[in-house]
Amino acid sequence: MERARKLRILVAKPGLDGHDRGARVVARAFRDAGFEVIYTGCHQTPEQIVSTAIQEDVDMIGLSILSGAHTYSFPKVIELLRENDADDISVIGGGIFPLEDIPKLKEIGIKELFEPGAKLGDIIEWVGHNIKPRTGVAQRTQFGVRAMD
Amino acid sequence: MGKKILSESALESIEKEYGEWLAEYRKALEKVPERLKRFSTVSDLEIKPLYTPLDIANKDFSEEIGFPGIYPFTRGVQGTMYRARLWTMRMFAGLGTSEDTNKRFHYLINHGETGLSTAFDFPTLMGYDTDSPLARGECGKCGVAIDTLEDMQRLFANINLEQVTASMTINPPASVIWAMYIANAENEGYSKNKLGGTIQNDCLKEFIAQKTLMLPPEPSLRLVTDTVEYGTKQVPRWNTISISGYHIREAGSTAVQELAFTIYDGITYVEEAIKRGLKVDEFAGRLSFFWNSHIDFFEEIAKMRASRRMWARIMKERFGAKDPRSMLMRFHTQTAGCSLTAQEPYNNVIRTTTEALAAILSGTQSLHTNSLDEVYMIPSEQAVLIALRTQQILGDEIGVTQVIDPLAGSYFVEALTDKMEEEANVYIRKLDEMGGMVAAIERDFPQMEIANAAFHYQKQVEAGEKIVIGVNKYKSGRPDLEFVLKLDEEIERMQIERTDRYRQSRDKAGFRKAMDELRRRCEGPPCWENNVMPALIEAVRAGATEQECCDLYRDVFGTYTDPGTF
Repeated sequence: MERARKLRILVAKPGLDGHDRGARVVARAFRDAGFEVIYTGCHQTPEQIVSTAIQEDVDMIGLSILSGAHTYSFPKVIELLRENDADDISVIGGGIFPLEDIPKLKEIGIKELFEPGAKLGDIIEWVGHNIKPRTGVAQRTQFGVRAMD
Repeated sequence: MGKKILSESALESIEKEYGEWLAEYRKALEKVPERLKRFSTVSDLEIKPLYTPLDIANKDFSEEIGFPGIYPFTRGVQGTMYRARLWTMRMFAGLGTSEDTNKRFHYLINHGETGLSTAFDFPTLMGYDTDSPLARGECGKCGVAIDTLEDMQRLFANINLEQVTASMTINPPASVIWAMYIANAENEGYSKNKLGGTIQNDCLKEFIAQKTLMLPPEPSLRLVTDTVEYGTKQVPRWNTISISGYHIREAGSTAVQELAFTIYDGITYVEEAIKRGLKVDEFAGRLSFFWNSHIDFFEEIAKMRASRRMWARIMKERFGAKDPRSMLMRFHTQTAGCSLTAQEPYNNVIRTTTEALAAILSGTQSLHTNSLDEVYMIPSEQAVLIALRTQQILGDEIGVTQVIDPLAGSYFVEALTDKMEEEANVYIRKLDEMGGMVAAIERDFPQMEIANAAFHYQKQVEAGEKIVIGVNKYKSGRPDLEFVLKLDEEIERMQIERTDRYRQSRDKAGFRKAMDELRRRCEGPPCWENNVMPALIEAVRAGATEQECCDLYRDVFGTYTDPGTF
């Protein structure tokens, strides 16, 4: 049975990039907006991020990156979610992206990208409109059992 | 004897006149009120409409302002400052492979740069070789990939290492990269005695802000102290730590937090070196600092002027330094990356210019100016040249370098300088009470103070209380800049192949022996006989890669991961 619950969001820092100012500010804004927020800290592999997302049964992953390594880590997160039948977890990104990468990232399934200058209020509003609490059945994956709603 | 700037009678009459002026000012505001509800610096320090001699009424000229090159060095570390020699123009550079970066170094030198500064890519910064699974997609992206001594040789090829000083922004693996630098310089025929340069090597601010993390705080400090000890005894012209506020500020701190946490990191390194048995006057002269020059012009000048006075007093009073060189805060400055906007990027030239001017008016020893496209990517040649030319124009054309510390005596600048010192000292007392910086880091104290300041600033921007042109006023989009650098994704594969070949070609027995000696020293108690530096130099000569040395560290000392608090 579907029941209303708070959105659960994983804010994650993929790769070796230590620029965490944006991730921490956005995580706090999500929390203040009433979402349940888990923040991974820096230096997470795509495998760790997807594993945490599944174990924590989140509705959305927000990837934050400033290093340019999104060309590897963003597609990898999408691929791992798919492999684990968890592609109903939405993925958004924040950071600096070369203009030509933006359509490519959206094409592979990144729902939205927030660039420098994005307002916290706008990000929260976008999430509120576009991300709904997931409902699902228990599934066994390489990372464990996904919780049932 | 104190030398008060103004007599009691002069102050009395100024106080009366100021009162009259203030009444007029308030009356005028009844007709046209102030533009803003509150005027404050970018760090949110409230600013009055006018400063007068009353704000520096208690100032003692000799004790607090004084002369350049003389304690407490408020006005500069050298007596002659820019009348004798301009600051070192040192552009932070690193991209792609060691060959790509060497080419950039030569480009900058050929256009008048006077010192080198090396940016490493994230795998190198974190102690991983390019072929580590953790390094996928990162090679050469935010700096140069250095895995081996051969990479180091290519990085500094055809550069005279006794004439040019090289700065290297490297922290947890600083000892390893420095060992590669020394081994390469000696291979090229240079003498350790004559090598000048800097390793950033400031592990404490990594936990606080920059987050290139490898080992827990205690062993990190042990390795830093090994490098200080080795430099003191063997590489006397080297700056073994660049105690850095830059990254603390970029993470969102206020100017006061940057000042206080950085100086407290400095205090911690001095304490550690003294514990090792070094005398303060033997090593303190080789400690250097690194400030962020942010967008708020006078606040930055006040911060940097205050920093020199604070450090001089701390070294003299807290540590009993006798040699004036131990009390000198020599510092590098970088303009604030976080002040740049992706919107209308050409405006970044103006931001960088004013930030560079603030650093120059503060008497910096060296300077990096950000490029207008640095907000997107490592700078292109076209953009980096504008940034370098910015320094050259400020140095040679506009006249500000003719006079030393031109803002001294400004009621506002002196009052703000005092305020910086006063507020930073509140933090320093608090950190003392907490039992020092390591204890404070373990309690997440500096990290959360910075996170709070960063969040507060973001809220102010969104409320329009702090203006960023192109972002929340005169809003604009992001253009497609014609010269943003593109890196070849193929370099990762090429670098992996050559690092692998390098490992295959070394003498296995010699490598094993060198690594065993490094391990023995790491496992032993910290002392000169167990100093890692001689063993590291042997290890990298014997073919050890950066990651192999760092893996040994991780194995002996354990690892540290970001607690991820927000």
